Amino acid sequence: MSETISDGALVTALIAMLGGAIRVSTPFMFVALGECLTEKSGRINLGLEGSLVLGAMVAYAASYLTGNPWAGVFFGGCAGLVLGALHGFICKLPKVNDIAIGIAFMSFGTGLAFFFGKPYIQPQAPRLEAIHLGDWTGDPRLAQALEVNPLFFVGVALALLMWWAFRNTRFGLIIRMTGDSAPAAKAMGVSVDLVRFIATAIGGFMAGIGGAFLSLYYPGSWNQGLSSGQGLMAVALVIFARWGPLRCILAALLFGAAGALGPSLQSVGISQGYYFFNAAPYILTLFIMIASARSKAAAREAPGELSITK
Amino acid sequence: MADMTVQPLSVAFMKRRPSVGTLKFAESIFIPVAALLVSAALFSLFLLSLGKSPALFFQLIWVGGFGSSFSFQNSLQRAAPLILTGLAFAIPARIGLTMIGGEGALVLGGLGAAAIAIPLVTAGVPPFLTLPLMALAAMLAGGLWIGLAGWLRYYRGVNETISSLLLSYIAIATMNFFVEGALRDPASANKPSTMPIGDVYRIGAIPGTQVHWGLAAGLILAIVLHVLMTRTTFGFAARVTGGNARAALAQGLPVGKLIVLCCVLAGGCAGLAGFYEVAAVHGQANASLVAGYGFTGILVAFLARQVPLAVIPVAILFGALAAAGGVIQRRMGMPDATVLVLQGLIFVVLLTSETFYGRIPFFQPKSVEERT
Repeated sequence: MSETISDGALVTALIAMLGGAIRVSTPFMFVALGECLTEKSGRINLGLEGSLVLGAMVAYAASYLTGNPWAGVFFGGCAGLVLGALHGFICKLPKVNDIAIGIAFMSFGTGLAFFFGKPYIQPQAPRLEAIHLGDWTGDPRLAQALEVNPLFFVGVALALLMWWAFRNTRFGLIIRMTGDSAPAAKAMGVSVDLVRFIATAIGGFMAGIGGAFLSLYYPGSWNQGLSSGQGLMAVALVIFARWGPLRCILAALLFGAAGALGPSLQSVGISQGYYFFNAAPYILTLFIMIASARSKAAAREAPGELSITK
Repeated sequence: MADMTVQPLSVAFMKRRPSVGTLKFAESIFIPVAALLVSAALFSLFLLSLGKSPALFFQLIWVGGFGSSFSFQNSLQRAAPLILTGLAFAIPARIGLTMIGGEGALVLGGLGAAAIAIPLVTAGVPPFLTLPLMALAAMLAGGLWIGLAGWLRYYRGVNETISSLLLSYIAIATMNFFVEGALRDPASANKPSTMPIGDVYRIGAIPGTQVHWGLAAGLILAIVLHVLMTRTTFGFAARVTGGNARAALAQGLPVGKLIVLCCVLAGGCAGLAGFYEVAAVHGQANASLVAGYGFTGILVAFLARQVPLAVIPVAILFGALAAAGGVIQRRMGMPDATVLVLQGLIFVVLLTSETFYGRIPFFQPKSVEERT
């Protein structure tokens, strides 16, 4: 290789960022898809942050106790499912504000996770194995960047499935109709509350899986500072993706790249302003929200019943 | 409350029943108290399922929060920032905003106070000048932060709940950036911090107590803001906007300015809490500022039903809960997150209880009952 030193550092940083984007984006992807499903049905769940943290804790504990990380993923999803179902149940009571309840579940879920997670901070649970996609390149940097977790592909497949189902199935149509006009859904004899309950619960399940990825793969341990607001940023991400499951994947990759910016610059020795680069995803989210807030295209594609876009 | 004037007094007399205002007031006390009791009951079940004694738990809260003069002062000390962050949620809530950025405004306020203190303390400016300037910097930093979220809400249509929470994360990152970089005191080896302001510049305790002056500031601000929101034209305009922004616009009210001003006031309160954390508690800005006061403040404001005066007792209650946390941890062998679980549970039950407003027959005026 006849690269100059700065070129080499740049390539290293870019490769690290590519690998980082795939790694960091996976939890975003699951939470965003869950939130997308919930919002499509006309409700917002800000509490997915709580589902994510509780899911991460339960997944780690289950993986430690059973010795099987995939059991951890399942139980992590179930923890999210329970919180999501509770959220969905409470929101169907009259006069209850879904955004405020979301804040409450954010703190409740986090509190539960910290409470029960205390004994699991020390022990080492079996982690999820990555698929090595880049070993044939012979470049150790590229090989490392292309170690992709199977959950990433599960997420992509899930997005494809949701995209197809929203367009082509009766279930997808019912969800979209509930989200766009509750009176229309009622007139069709659909129980709006039931549809939203199911959508919120399944959304919670997906957020729990996102949490399982955090504790079982990357960063790959359980501690109280594990989540850095992915559950919340996913809400903004869904708005940015205009409620399209496929666009959620692209948006998640973008957020992943922003999140990988700080660590990948650090990997080539640029540690100046580390904390500032760590704030990059939040700043990006904020600017995206500002840019899309008054966008006509976004308004057209937003579910009509959603309180957040009104 | 202000709602008492809704119906002429004569009507209330004719019915020989409490007026609509009294009934509503009683309802707004009864439902939150009932929600607290239900949370306590649910938490007792939670404790029983873990094999712990609920009686001991609540006894320890009493002992650790109110039991002695020392523990009560500890509770008040912790209540001080909660009053201010509670106000930071309650004021925007009055104008219809769910603004949850108190944590960020507090952190940034603390950073602002510590940053301006460095040149002033180095130059030897006397404390009676330095401290007000620090407080001003803190309130300005916090006010601008929440004000920005309010501005984005009205003028750009950005959802304030998400933007204020994002701004909190950005504020914490900003604080870390400066505390670990430009403003770091080289002497702070293990825990990066700004330069200590020194004992001369520290705010002492209220005479006769061990509670710092932040409590007095919180009490005064709560009363002032209560009067402002319930007894002035500004407060009325803000409440009209909160009730129906479109109607307020049609009436010619300056809705945008009202929203931004309420948010600046709120951010100022949270920023002031940051100032007291720096000037009275820590003596410097560091990661200890991120203590969750901003988030507990949201719960405080919800339980106080966004009434500034009611924020005071609720903040003291949660201050006591926080103060008792250590005792509970030691005596019952439970993790420090126990208080978080209880708070989260209260939060969920409290918001669920919103559904009972207007549905308990006892609190409804007679005329409505007859009609239904």
